[in-house]
Amino acid sequence: MGFVRPDQSFYPSARAAGEAPPETHGYVTLPTALDDPRPDALGVVDLDPGSPSYGTLVSRVELPHSGDELHHFGWNACSSALCPYAPHAHVERRYLIVPGLRSSRITILDTKDDPLHPRVVKVIEPETLARRAGYSRPHTVHCGPDGIYVNALGGTSDGDGPGGIFRLDHDSFDVLGRWEVDRGPQFLAYDFAWHLGYDTMITSEWGTPAMVENGVVPELLLGKKYGRSIHVWDLRRRRHVQTLSVGEDDQMVLELRPAHDPTKAYGFVGVVTSVANLSASIWLWHLAGRSWELTKVIEIPAEPAEASVLPPLLQGFGAVPPLVTDINLSLDDRFLYVSAWGTGEFLQYDVSDPFHPRKTGSVHLGGIVRRAAHGNGAALSGGPQMVEVSRDGRRVYVTNSLYLAWDQQFYPEGIEGWMVKLDADTENGGLSLDPGFHIDTGTDRAHQVRLAGGDASSDSYCYP
Amino acid sequence: MSGVWPWLALAAAGAFHGLNPAMGWLFAVGLGMQEGSQRALLRALPFIAAGHALAIALVVLAVAAAGIVVDPTALRLGGAALLVGFGIWRGVRWRRHPRWVGMRVGPRDLVAWSFLMATAHGAGLMLIPVLLHLPGYAAYARVPNPHVLALGWGPTTASTAALAVATHTLAMLAVATGLAVLVYRTVGVAVLRRFWVNLDLPWAASLIGTGVLMAVL
Repeated sequence: MGFVRPDQSFYPSARAAGEAPPETHGYVTLPTALDDPRPDALGVVDLDPGSPSYGTLVSRVELPHSGDELHHFGWNACSSALCPYAPHAHVERRYLIVPGLRSSRITILDTKDDPLHPRVVKVIEPETLARRAGYSRPHTVHCGPDGIYVNALGGTSDGDGPGGIFRLDHDSFDVLGRWEVDRGPQFLAYDFAWHLGYDTMITSEWGTPAMVENGVVPELLLGKKYGRSIHVWDLRRRRHVQTLSVGEDDQMVLELRPAHDPTKAYGFVGVVTSVANLSASIWLWHLAGRSWELTKVIEIPAEPAEASVLPPLLQGFGAVPPLVTDINLSLDDRFLYVSAWGTGEFLQYDVSDPFHPRKTGSVHLGGIVRRAAHGNGAALSGGPQMVEVSRDGRRVYVTNSLYLAWDQQFYPEGIEGWMVKLDADTENGGLSLDPGFHIDTGTDRAHQVRLAGGDASSDSYCYP
Repeated sequence: MSGVWPWLALAAAGAFHGLNPAMGWLFAVGLGMQEGSQRALLRALPFIAAGHALAIALVVLAVAAAGIVVDPTALRLGGAALLVGFGIWRGVRWRRHPRWVGMRVGPRDLVAWSFLMATAHGAGLMLIPVLLHLPGYAAYARVPNPHVLALGWGPTTASTAALAVATHTLAMLAVATGLAVLVYRTVGVAVLRRFWVNLDLPWAASLIGTGVLMAVL
């Protein structure tokens, strides 16, 4: 704990964080396959180019229980601790909050004493979460100005939902209860994000546990039952304000990436697929006067394909869907990165004008049909999925697993986990695969990556 | 102790409170930056000062009221115990902060926020020892004089109380304004990373210290 300085990984603004030194290591969730009895693990990756173990998995911290299905995770505290209305600058970025999406168990790991070998310090059992917050299937974690926010896909009733948000105390990690005072029509959940400068929370929609846990349900998809909206909330009063829906046929409104500059009132959300033509899309939410609007700014079409090369789920369509499953926005709000997990394309857009994105880079990694190999010649199963961007915007890390049951449906021949690195041209735009960086996690699937000291989706800022 | 000394102490405490980013100068900077205007910053500060003044006034009035009904020694020792106790609590739970989520704030919000922050930090409590030494205000609490006690709450007490709140708050406002403008215009918020003294612990220490001094002096 610093006495005359806050944690040096805290930055008042995204602009300042962009000048942070390069990350020296990163953390990646490693869920084991559904039929694998071993517990999931948190992997630690050496990202210091000067180190002999650069680009390798230096440790694999096994969690205490099996069957968690790790997905997303986050820090106990970050740059938002410098926010002016609730400053607590002398907390530390130290603990990783790691929810088990399938087990509803939350594991807390301490990275301070040995950052390369974090140790488990607390486990929040599913019963505690259910009793204190009424939620299950915890998912996204964000360090807020006044505590830790986590959301969950499911409720605890027979209705399977609603999913929503709960808070954890930033010292004891006790579950403090459900966040919503008035949830309005919101029922489905997936991701959440906020505009701290506008006291606004945004949440997105995927499906309840029953709708997603055993794979995509074709009848629900064709019946347009998966999430089609984002919700706008008053962050201060914890009330639902507005529902914004995507097109008639678009479904699974997933990753929310708000502008990092708190004076900008817009953000991007990725939509997985349209049942009309299997396209994927990116939408822009933005404040127009006093209310919010949602506008489609990118559409990525499906690619025609022979039924024989498609998994059973897609054979009737004769096309491979792009499946935009993750997106990420660089800290300077300039480049948007988009994973098309189905076609295996990884894209970079210049979004300096958020209403008119300009495609500036594309790299192929795996893919259902294309199966593009790594630059080093190694085969890549699956496709680009979770994406994380370094604070300076120059390095982009990508992993390939979506969700165990869904991996099986779209890549039935199986997925071997990998993590690769791309180098971004932050001057003119452009993207290239680093041929020397390829971490093969074998039967461990690789999911979300968090970079030591923060990354482009871990922190939020109160100053422009 | 009498004369100008307690007034200087009140002003010094005001300056100390003004320095603490949790007392409002940083919020004013944040609001100014969000709006992109120094006017927004300057507009916020008087309301922040008003909230602070309210928190102080509450303690000033409480001490005056207690002075009427409570035995002076009991008042002194009770005040000391309160300070030490609150200081220890702050010292142990220094990470605890009032919950407040919001950058879109109007005048009323700012007054409420500042009142909450000052109260939760025990800003007013820190002034108790000084208040007991103000001429014509709580002197009766020091010298058990039935004659003075009989006077109770009088015009002198009221004007002394008002002057005490004003002295403290103006010093707080002056320091907070200077600091906010300096950071907004010249230094920039990057300074928050390089230098942000953890005032929570010295704050708790000064609460305990004043309490102890009050008990023994």
